[in-house]
Amino acid sequence: MIDWLAIFSNAAQEVISPTTAAYALAALGLAIHFGYTGLLNFGQAGFIALGAYGYAISILSFGFPVWAAVLVAVGASVIFALILGIPTLRLRADYLAIVTIAAAEILRLIFTTNTFDALTGSASGLQGYKDGFAALNPIPPGSYGFGPFTYNAFDWWIRIVGWTLVVIFAVITWLIMRSPWGRVIKGIREDEDAVRALGKNVYSYKMQSLILGGVYGTIAGMIFIMPRAVVPANYQTSLTFFVYAILLLGGAATILGPVIGSMIFWVLISFFSGFVARAVEAGWLPFMSQVQAGQLRFILVGVAIMLIVVFMPQGIFGNKKELAFVK
Amino acid sequence: MSSNVTPTSKPVKTTGLHVGDAGPGCRKVDPILIADSVKRTFGGLTAVDVEHVEVPRGAITALIGPNGAGKTTFFNLLTGFDKPDEGKWEFDGRSLAHVPAYRVARMGLIRTFQLTKALGLLTVLDNMKLGAKGQSGENLFRSLLPFIWRKQEDEIDAKAVELLGRFKLDTKKDDYAASLSGGQRKLLEMARALMSDPTLVMLDEPMAGVNPALTQSLLDHILNLKSQGMTVLFVEHDMHMVRHIADWVLVMAEGKIVAEGDPHTVMEDPAVIDAYLGAHHDADLGATDTEHVEVLKELIDDEQ
Repeated sequence: MIDWLAIFSNAAQEVISPTTAAYALAALGLAIHFGYTGLLNFGQAGFIALGAYGYAISILSFGFPVWAAVLVAVGASVIFALILGIPTLRLRADYLAIVTIAAAEILRLIFTTNTFDALTGSASGLQGYKDGFAALNPIPPGSYGFGPFTYNAFDWWIRIVGWTLVVIFAVITWLIMRSPWGRVIKGIREDEDAVRALGKNVYSYKMQSLILGGVYGTIAGMIFIMPRAVVPANYQTSLTFFVYAILLLGGAATILGPVIGSMIFWVLISFFSGFVARAVEAGWLPFMSQVQAGQLRFILVGVAIMLIVVFMPQGIFGNKKELAFVK
Repeated sequence: MSSNVTPTSKPVKTTGLHVGDAGPGCRKVDPILIADSVKRTFGGLTAVDVEHVEVPRGAITALIGPNGAGKTTFFNLLTGFDKPDEGKWEFDGRSLAHVPAYRVARMGLIRTFQLTKALGLLTVLDNMKLGAKGQSGENLFRSLLPFIWRKQEDEIDAKAVELLGRFKLDTKKDDYAASLSGGQRKLLEMARALMSDPTLVMLDEPMAGVNPALTQSLLDHILNLKSQGMTVLFVEHDMHMVRHIADWVLVMAEGKIVAEGDPHTVMEDPAVIDAYLGAHHDADLGATDTEHVEVLKELIDDEQ
């Protein structure tokens, strides 16, 4: 028999899980890139990986305190954005897509290769970097919460920090997008030559946008590694596409879209994979093995992205009115 | 300043703009824009090869010429949207060579585009506000602190609404620019250009695709620019319009300035006839030829 209660409680946990917070923040960064500025960044996984590795390597190899490790990761992502942006932001938008997707893969392969095993731990990755972050936890040890939301002090600490960061960055994004800066950014999305003709340094604005959204991804990467280890296989191109799926689900040029989109995405993923795994176990799907069931959710994500783009291109929070004018 | 009423009087023409004989590359009393041996080639094709040209200040100058004469390319070169192979050109005494487009705009030389570039998914009002210069809220860090830019924003808002009123777009201010008609977008683009108080406005085919009712209002707006002390340089195919409002006409053909002068004399210049019909007008030029014949017929009509 299927344990429905376990499936539902696992799914409900995803609403506030640190992974959901990390994806929400990464998607918010992508909203700045894609939704507001029109930059096709397909390398968000690279920015996330820089957060994960920048933080973990700073702590493990150099013994940095938490704040310094965060600064190193953010600094690395700013440099990464500059390297990507300087040659490509003068060109048409699609060139950025090609360069970012390749650069993110290059980063992942550098982190995977044995050459830097001493620093990166190659394919087996890194762990043991959480002590500094755990030491900052003001919550006394113990177990708190109710029902499915019962966690120990460290798990609550990750969730509180993660979602606080999401809220802070959502407010920052909201503030800048309703300012004259945001107006220029949205103008660039519509037609950058027109904005250039009005005396705005379009190149500089696109660079600022690329750096800012990339830093969101990097901070998301640091939240992402708190409940797990740093493993290079987590930073494949599919990570970028998951973040895109969240962004399109919620609405590309919205603030709440990426946040709520991430919650819905992870609850659904958890529900489907939990359901399929148990259904296979119970013999409901005799044509499928346990391993195949684990892969099914990726197929579902792909189908979901297609359905959203075709039938609901504005997303949940997007303005339907805009669709009337899509070229 | 009502704009959809046909003007009863003829616009006042500015005269006495040039020094010496009017001819290609002649000197002006007070030039605002000077280009010297500006050349742009695309592979083997020389699109623009202008030896010397001066645009007079405080007047309306028309740039005419057959299709493919290099008018738009010349526009792009002057405004920094394209880079010439060689040459120097200056605006208001300051060199524009190697100056990026956004900085040219900041100097006070604002252009519009042949294919209108309204920012579709921004409201009409936001389109306008984007045109204002020197906004402190356009800095990423200051944008986070609304109290820094709120006052300036209100001033820009008031100015935008005032300009929209003049261009009869005030009722549309909260609509997406994408919902405007083609002619209204032309108006919006012109109004947006005025937000930065330019000294030279360059209009690339302001009348293309605009219905006759709106044409009259656009003409009046262009004449208003002059009366407010701005210089206008525009590209146009409509000869009636050129004759009606231009104080000075530059004629381009095959990348060169072949004639210039006031609108009435320049159209009698044999070089202009050549430019439109081609020096080899016995050769078959295909479909475009009939268009040029039309233009010439217009010219002759106007003369009578």
